[in-house]
Amino acid sequence: MTMERPLTQRIREDKRPLTLKEYEQVGGYQAVRKMLKMSPVQVQALVKDSNLRGRGGAGFSTGLKWSFVPLDAPKPKYLVANADEMEPGTFKDRILLECTPHQLIEGMIVAAYAIQADSSFIYLRWAYKTAATAILRALAEAEEAGYLGKNILSSGFDLHMHLHTGVGRYMCGEETAMLNSLEGKRATPRAKPPFPQVSGLFGRPTIVNNVETFCCLPHIINNGAAWFKGLSLTGDAGTKIYGVSGKVKKPGAWELPMGVTLRELIEEHAGGMQDGLKFRGALPGGASTDFLVEEHLDVKMDYTSVAAAGSRLGTGTIIVMDDKTCPVGFVKNLEHFFAQESCGFCTPCREGIPWVEKILNSIEHGEGRPEDIKVLEFHTRYLGPGNTFCAFAPGAMEPLQSALKYFREDFDRHIHDKQCSYSGLTHKKLETVNRKS
Amino acid sequence: MATLYIDNEPYEVSSGKNLLETCLTLGLDLPYFCWHPALGSVGACRQCAIKVFKDENDKKGRLIMSCMEPVTNNQRISISDAEAKEFREHVIGWLMTNHPHDCAVCDEGGSCHLQDMTVMTGHAYRQFNYKKRTYKNQYLGPFINHEMNRCIQCYRCVRFYKDYAGGKDLDAFASKNNVYFGRHEEGVLENEFSGNLAEVCPTGVFTDKTLKQHYTRKWDLTMAPSICTHCSLGCNTIAGERYGSLRMITNRYNGQVNGYFLCDRGRFGYEFVNASSRLRVPVIQDDVNGEVTLGKLLKSISSLKDSTIIGIGSPRASLESNFALRKLVGSENFYQGVSQKEWGLTNTVLNIMSKGVVPSLCMKDVEKADAVLVLGEDLTNTAPMLALAIRQSVRQQPMKEVAKANIPAWHDAAARELMQEEKGPLFLATLAATKLDDIATDTYRGVPDTLARIGFAVANRIDNSAPAVADLTPDEQKLAQKIADALMKAERPAVISGTSCGSEPLLNAAANIASALHKKNPRTGIVLTLPECNSLGLALLGGPAIEKAFEALPGSKPTAAIILENDVYRHASAESAGQFFSSCKCVVVLDHTASSTTQKASILIPTGTFAEADGTLLNNEGRAQRSFQVYEPANGIRESWRWLMQIGEALERANLAGWKSHGDVIKALANEIGDLKGVDKIVPDSTFRVDGQRIPREPHRYSGRTSMNANIEVSEQKPAEDPDSPLSYTMEGLRSLPPSSLIPYFWSPGWNSVQSTNKYQEEIGGALRGGDPGVCVVKPQGREAVYFTGIPQAFHRKQNEFLVVPFHHIFGTEQLSSLSPAVAERSPKPYVALNPQDAMTLQKKEGELIAMKIDGKPHQLPVKFNATIPFGVAGFPVGLPETDYWHLPLWAEIK
Repeated sequence: MTMERPLTQRIREDKRPLTLKEYEQVGGYQAVRKMLKMSPVQVQALVKDSNLRGRGGAGFSTGLKWSFVPLDAPKPKYLVANADEMEPGTFKDRILLECTPHQLIEGMIVAAYAIQADSSFIYLRWAYKTAATAILRALAEAEEAGYLGKNILSSGFDLHMHLHTGVGRYMCGEETAMLNSLEGKRATPRAKPPFPQVSGLFGRPTIVNNVETFCCLPHIINNGAAWFKGLSLTGDAGTKIYGVSGKVKKPGAWELPMGVTLRELIEEHAGGMQDGLKFRGALPGGASTDFLVEEHLDVKMDYTSVAAAGSRLGTGTIIVMDDKTCPVGFVKNLEHFFAQESCGFCTPCREGIPWVEKILNSIEHGEGRPEDIKVLEFHTRYLGPGNTFCAFAPGAMEPLQSALKYFREDFDRHIHDKQCSYSGLTHKKLETVNRKS
Repeated sequence: MATLYIDNEPYEVSSGKNLLETCLTLGLDLPYFCWHPALGSVGACRQCAIKVFKDENDKKGRLIMSCMEPVTNNQRISISDAEAKEFREHVIGWLMTNHPHDCAVCDEGGSCHLQDMTVMTGHAYRQFNYKKRTYKNQYLGPFINHEMNRCIQCYRCVRFYKDYAGGKDLDAFASKNNVYFGRHEEGVLENEFSGNLAEVCPTGVFTDKTLKQHYTRKWDLTMAPSICTHCSLGCNTIAGERYGSLRMITNRYNGQVNGYFLCDRGRFGYEFVNASSRLRVPVIQDDVNGEVTLGKLLKSISSLKDSTIIGIGSPRASLESNFALRKLVGSENFYQGVSQKEWGLTNTVLNIMSKGVVPSLCMKDVEKADAVLVLGEDLTNTAPMLALAIRQSVRQQPMKEVAKANIPAWHDAAARELMQEEKGPLFLATLAATKLDDIATDTYRGVPDTLARIGFAVANRIDNSAPAVADLTPDEQKLAQKIADALMKAERPAVISGTSCGSEPLLNAAANIASALHKKNPRTGIVLTLPECNSLGLALLGGPAIEKAFEALPGSKPTAAIILENDVYRHASAESAGQFFSSCKCVVVLDHTASSTTQKASILIPTGTFAEADGTLLNNEGRAQRSFQVYEPANGIRESWRWLMQIGEALERANLAGWKSHGDVIKALANEIGDLKGVDKIVPDSTFRVDGQRIPREPHRYSGRTSMNANIEVSEQKPAEDPDSPLSYTMEGLRSLPPSSLIPYFWSPGWNSVQSTNKYQEEIGGALRGGDPGVCVVKPQGREAVYFTGIPQAFHRKQNEFLVVPFHHIFGTEQLSSLSPAVAERSPKPYVALNPQDAMTLQKKEGELIAMKIDGKPHQLPVKFNATIPFGVAGFPVGLPETDYWHLPLWAEIK
């Protein structure tokens, strides 16, 4: 049986984005035509039935999320595509955005129809310039062809779609911070409840979904829920675009059935570790997930199984750590990123993560103290979910807490030896984090 | 009501509130920063973490932020849970990583919420040993000092300044652990409520710059409950003194009046008390030989024994002082000390309030009004705190949608997100643009007569038995209908007007609207603002206007005049005032501050300011409020009423015989003036004690008492005794809560900052324990609406003349606050405001001098463009030290 790759099979060899015509030739926008004959409730039911879970990282049921939007609420209602792909090590949406922008637009039309939204935005990462060009062109084509705008395909359904590019804040990937950013406010998250489905963009009912999630929708409409579920190897439906980065032979991204093992991904698709290097651990779903180590290599890469292994599938893009890379320095780099990207709204995140970064930097440079581990540990404990305003800091603590669990001897050795034993890997010593004498 | 289990103890609490305010209402200590009772919850600081348990079997529980969770029935929470406590301690630890620990040199040290919360959580050992982040500070003008390094990023400042007060020039900048609160560039904070930042900030980032000029620790102040004297709203304040100078004004919470906030005029206008313009010694004009002793003074006055003496009262002096003067000279010789015009206006207000049917609203009620019409007043400049209340009122209608979405009102960020820019109905009919325009549904501009006409038309649209207005344009008719519809649709409509436009028809129109509405909706309220802090009290005392005094003078036998705390030149033209003075045999002036009038005094008697005198003021709502002496002034300065008692003795006037203290004056006043019955009972009298103890004006932490006068005398001086109130001038006395009208300062164990206000309230954000102080003595006695007639003609501009209308300035118009250096720095220079098109016709550019002739008197003033002024109208800033007095509006020649 040939492996089905609904999301990526239409991508051209040369990666040039499909024009509208090309997209239509391979069955594009059929889902819109089909869907317009269904009722919004039917579309919602179909998607709920397909067991599609949000591909942004949280893995929440897409159909269920939609059902919280009051269908009878007066317009405007909004739909937003989260294309602010900034999770370190994550580049799966980029492929879809750059190569098949019409697929995203089609998926968004499906979602908008299901929740009866009349206005929609694609919130795109600032640095994705190629994608921006492709999307703008696709939007113009779709509007010209009557797939967007007023009275779509004479159905009476209106949908306007706009591209909005961010300014490079990781925080905007959090859906409520993204909504604030779209409104022109500071990109700080919002307290939930109220959820965006009730009070979202400009205080109106809003759905935010990930790019990959949207791209699944036309195929679910065209082929049905059973087909979608059948794509997967496990209970979580569909295919998944997995990625691997790190010191493997062939880093990249591939659309595979949901639930392939971590081993298969690293050893087969990524070609295994580079010569002379051994696998030490991996972040399975971007920078804000817990490490998986050797014992987890046969874990199925779906939401349920990865969670059972103590981590999160997240974005499904794996960062591999090898045995010649210092885990302390590795985590320090991540925490540097998180400290930089904290929005500064709540205390534990704003003040805690920079502290963690400074300690890791000290340890990495041989200035660590035994009591530093305690400080790191209380951060991993108290920057947990619910204690901070949003999921940012808990995410930032995931690689740290698992590093302390799996690579504790490295931390202790740094502190004891007063130096980093991983040769050839010097980290820039940051003046600002120098410990006071 | 709901049952809430806190650490396994059941409590009956009201539902709908959040857990933090519930715990605080119960008197439990729970630390917090970003939450503020007036600003609601946002969940930023994470300081108020507690544990919540599913049921009694749940031992693990889960951490929640108490400010972000509503009370639910039978909920089980824990404040003392070990994990919750440890988390709260860590929050302080995080906040302290970059805090400079400069308490010793910080203005807030010892009265700092951050210090209190640090102690409360038990955080004591610093684990963070890296360099601290530092910031550059900004110059923010004469009121507020900026010290960003102390910031703990609670976001309260911007939430107050932008969200609550409508300010535009303070914001949060940058991100991560580098968030900066300040202006986009250095400069004066523009908002009129910026001073509240000093109280809203939980630490020393924003502090009172005027206090810094003469700094003292706040617990070293001698303090007393006071009433602001800088406009007619009567905001409650705490005034503090040390070493004989007044050091600062802070807010005194009153749930009905000013709530948690003050305007900048009220907060920073106090420095006239210490100014060089203060009169500190008595002067007898003819006596140039040495010091004027009390004996000399009284002897000099006793020479007037057989003269007719007329008394000129003052709208900025207390009821007691005005009453004492009236008693002294006899009511037939007592004049109100305001112009005929002002007399007419204040009496119109008094009539509407006492003889009408519509109740006057307190500011809290204005905040709750769901449709507001402002007729004439530029409130930000004439009654600033009322403008702040209106800013909250426009949220009332959108808040109904918030409630429908099940978002609690205290969930501030979510509420604001849902309502977006939605505003409830607010209609502003004013002379020109005002600072409330940004939240107005509709604005309408014109001269006072035009505004009155639209007002009359609105009343007629509400009730067609109210007089109709002829010749309205279709646009005006449409607007009148729109306003009428919005007011009729509202649950709690409010009509606001005042005297600042100098127009009686305007007040009448406002009364007509309110009466018409009241017929349909008894929850209708009216608010009328007045020129001065005791204008209404003076009007109640009665007596004719100052012009009548001028007329009474010539022809009769030689007459003396006693002028009480009043600059006659602010109520009459220089010409007529001068004439009056020259025809007086003797002019006795009692005042605390030098003015043109004090220069005319034959006998000048220095009196106490509000801070040096007990007194009762009637605010615009008709609320009688007592203000207490903060400190005994040096050099024999006395309260005016006390001087008048002594003068009475010297003149052998039996009327005042037997008066010994404030209590005697106020009792006589309450007995004699029927409308002011009970005004002696608004605060406990001077014999009031709790367990035999007085209420100390000084906190128990007051320092230096035994040594502060050691340069004069090494033995500690006996503290002054207060015969006029139950307050003492010492640290000793009552340590528990005093009656709400006698709160000299807010303090509670572990709560050294102003946040201790929580402990004085029955419910957080509600009334003070025992009820909010002040008693409304003016109440509408009318049985049914009686409509005013006398609708003015439509305005037509004149060929060579402009109608000069009064422009008011929060900083500048009011006499006393303008003498405070910080306020003076913000006051404008005299100008004449014209529509640019009119200026173009006159071939004048902005800033160029323009020649005008008012009342036959030539003037040269620079032109200021104001595109919102109607054609043929000129705006003139009244009340500035350099501007002349006219009865505006007035036609004037401008070339």
